[in-house]
Amino acid sequence: MSEILSRKSLSPNVFQITVAAPAIAAGARAGQFVVIIPATQAERIPLTIADSDQAKGTITIIFQLAGATTRLLTSLQVGEKIPHILGPLGVPSEIEKFGRVVVVGGGVGIAEIYPVVKALTAAGNEVVTIVGARNKELLIFQSELSVVSCQLLVATDDGSSGRKGFVTELLAEAIKERPVQRVIAVGPVPMMKACCDLTREAGIKTIVSLNTLMLDATGMCGVCRVKVGGENRFACVEGPDFDGHLVDFADLTSRLGTYKDLEKKADDHVCRLLRGKNG
Amino acid sequence: MAEDKTNARMRERPVAERIRDFEEVPLGYTAQQAVAEAKRCLQCKDPKCVKGCPVEIDIPAFIKLIAQGLPAEAASKIKETNSLPAVCGRVCPQEEQCELTCILNAKKAPIAIGSLERFAAEAESKENTEPRRSAAGSASIAVIGSGPAGLTCAGDLAKLGYQVTVFESLHVIGGVLQYGIPEFRLPKKIVDLEVQYVKSLGVKIVSDHLVDEIDGLLKEYQAVFVGSGAGLPNFLGVPGENLPGVYSANEFLFRVNMMKAYKFPEYLTPVKIGKKVAVIGAGNVAMDAARVSLRLGAEEVLIVYRRSRGEMPARREEIVRCEEEGVKFHLLTAPIALYPDQSGWVKEMECEKMELGEPDQSGRRRPITVPGSEFKLPIDTVIVAIGNSPNPLIIRRNPGVRANDRGGIIVDDRQATSLPGVFAGGDIVRGSATVISAMGDGKRAARRIDEYLRAAGQRL
Ligand SMILES: Cc1cc2nc3c(=O)[nH]c(=O)nc-3n(C[C@H](O)[C@H](O)[C@H](O)COP(=O)(O)OP(=O)(O)OC[C@H]3O[C@@H](n4cnc5c(N)ncnc54)[C@H](O)[C@@H]3O)c2cc1C
Ligand SMILES: Cc1cc2nc3c(=O)[nH]c(=O)nc-3n(C[C@H](O)[C@H](O)[C@H](O)COP(=O)(O)OP(=O)(O)OC[C@H]3O[C@@H](n4cnc5c(N)ncnc54)[C@H](O)[C@@H]3O)c2cc1C
Ligand code: SF4
Ligand code: SF4
Ligand code: FES
Repeated sequence: MSEILSRKSLSPNVFQITVAAPAIAAGARAGQFVVIIPATQAERIPLTIADSDQAKGTITIIFQLAGATTRLLTSLQVGEKIPHILGPLGVPSEIEKFGRVVVVGGGVGIAEIYPVVKALTAAGNEVVTIVGARNKELLIFQSELSVVSCQLLVATDDGSSGRKGFVTELLAEAIKERPVQRVIAVGPVPMMKACCDLTREAGIKTIVSLNTLMLDATGMCGVCRVKVGGENRFACVEGPDFDGHLVDFADLTSRLGTYKDLEKKADDHVCRLLRGKNG
Repeated sequence: MAEDKTNARMRERPVAERIRDFEEVPLGYTAQQAVAEAKRCLQCKDPKCVKGCPVEIDIPAFIKLIAQGLPAEAASKIKETNSLPAVCGRVCPQEEQCELTCILNAKKAPIAIGSLERFAAEAESKENTEPRRSAAGSASIAVIGSGPAGLTCAGDLAKLGYQVTVFESLHVIGGVLQYGIPEFRLPKKIVDLEVQYVKSLGVKIVSDHLVDEIDGLLKEYQAVFVGSGAGLPNFLGVPGENLPGVYSANEFLFRVNMMKAYKFPEYLTPVKIGKKVAVIGAGNVAMDAARVSLRLGAEEVLIVYRRSRGEMPARREEIVRCEEEGVKFHLLTAPIALYPDQSGWVKEMECEKMELGEPDQSGRRRPITVPGSEFKLPIDTVIVAIGNSPNPLIIRRNPGVRANDRGGIIVDDRQATSLPGVFAGGDIVRGSATVISAMGDGKRAARRIDEYLRAAGQRL
């Protein structure tokens, strides 16, 4: 049981909530996530710990309205309690002094990279942060990111903010400008794959954070398996960070599509429920 | 006389009815049946049956109480050594344990000890048990995991007067009893009642709490028991095993049992079952996955197993029920590849025939390939049930706890790990084992923890 202390929408479909979870806040490190069950009938869904405050005993989560369970989560108001929240889970991101590091975030991944950028900067790296979204409205967490990055570069599909185009163009330029020791990419699968294709040629180690399907998220069910370097690896206990040059993105994409049709059905069910609840 | 050859069988729901829902299949004894069966017991002075029971239940004593028409007293008797009789009466491999060693085997059918245990537990669960509280001020012990190992260890320590806290990472208490074994074999209501009993002994249970570093726990608790159980499933290592439509049995059963996917969309976790399901493996887990598939509406369910009938590790009773319900067995058959349809979903399984060669280390004859025997089976769901490794979390995060090369925690003959004050038992030590062996470990560990704390002067 964790109480929601604050809640706001960052863009039409992206929400930020801060919840009281002292035990999780005490141990949370960059790159880790929690599992949330927002209602008895809901799924167990993994969400990144976007920020945590050990002193206040709170964690912040930023999530996109994607389907049934995230829809239930959006229906919870300040003062209401999340029935189940488990964490911190997953292997923390590798934080060291690498030198010049480019961190790329796309979509809701823009928020997910925040703790990583913060930790990398604190470790003495020169961090170039590149964020991308479809349009200006979907750009979230800009002020927070600009505080902890050396440089914040923006790309939008429609050119409504920053460069018109893809984050990969900005990444290519950043690499050309001065040597980069490491790249970290978090976001939609095609974006992560494109970043990896680009850095493979340049020979720069690139870490991606994989958002596989998950169920227990504690190393029991095997649904989070993904081929990395030709072998099955389990994202909940061995990830979610992996060496992007070894990840089989086709395998990941095909597994993510497993329940597409049923997800729609579940969401319709929740929409009806919530309509009933709201009168 | 025919009656002497068999023990009284519990009533069962007819096949046509039971494969359409998730309600329990065997219905338990009537009072009359139970008393009659109990009266067959010879009340041996040196009861061989007890030697077959990993938790040393005083079997003749509880059976006598049933024969006298005192089932609730029988339950209390059982609970002196076994906190979970309603569970054991249902899922213990009795035929390999207490019933195998029962003296009657020489001439007649053994006493149906498991069925009687279940009967006693049922009678008791209808009455309220007196809650007990542990002695305040005594040493505190942390238990990691709420499966049968953890619950047993916690219950026994509470009975000894310790303050016990169980930490469970999932949102429901019971481990495999909740997420693995299906409702129709072990109703979750029963598991909840047994958990309630352990709580009534004064044990505190905290769910949604993953234990990471044991060092941290040792600052607050004087001893720790690790019962973190089963972990990552094994896969086949064949091409196509990550295609949509290929489940591990753990995933499949977790969706259905824990997340109640059979009530989708009322419950939001989805599960997809096709028309023709192949379950790989032949243990209890495989039988459960096959029977769940039928209940979710599969038209045809196959068990595909690379050895022969004699080597199938599942309980006889479950194999029989599986066959009664219409599951087909493809024995001496091993999958070598899985192929997708145009949409990417699994549609075909390539197999090869096997024959049995020389015995391997386990004493079972090793399956070897029959050259040129490849063939393809059309299927649209595959459930892989070929075992799992111990849970990886504790070992990864606690290098001080020594593990073997299969990832199991190494313990001495009294369940102590390499880290002082830390004990372990159940599947985290044994790999995949049984409910009762996990409970036996929990029990031994509780005794050993008591000795350890007394020696350290930490007991009142
Ligand atoms: C380690 C990890 C961290 C994550 N962190 C965040 C986060 O901080 N913020 C956030 O918004 N999301 C995050 N996700 C993704 C999030 O878990 C899913 O969006 C969520 O499970 C969707 O649940 P739903 O029931 O609302 O939608 P569903 O009905 O389950 O899915 C709706 C749509 O989303 C897609 N989808 C489902 N699961 C995922 C997934 N795991 N990743 C990507 N797409 C998915 C489906 O294909 C479908 O099209 C994370 C995932 C992982 C594995
Ligand atoms: C489908 C299926 C059918 C079976 N059928 C039978 C049968 O008929 N008869 C039989 O005797 N046996 C059967 N078994 C085997 C039996 O269930 C197991 O051997 C037994 O449950 C092991 O008990 P355990 O207490 O060691 O672990 P588990 O039951 O696995 O419980 C471990 C618990 O620890 C939790 N945990 C793990 N790590 C942590 C952590 N770091 N912090 C907090 N909590 C943690 C887990 O979430 C889990 O709840 C079956 C198993 C399965 C999967
Ligand atoms: S616990 Fe298992 S082995 Fe012991 S008496 Fe009961 S059924 Fe037999
Ligand atoms: S061995 Fe058989 S007959 Fe003898 S006491 Fe045990 S159950 Fe009864
Ligand atoms: S989510 Fe179940 S093993 Fe990773």
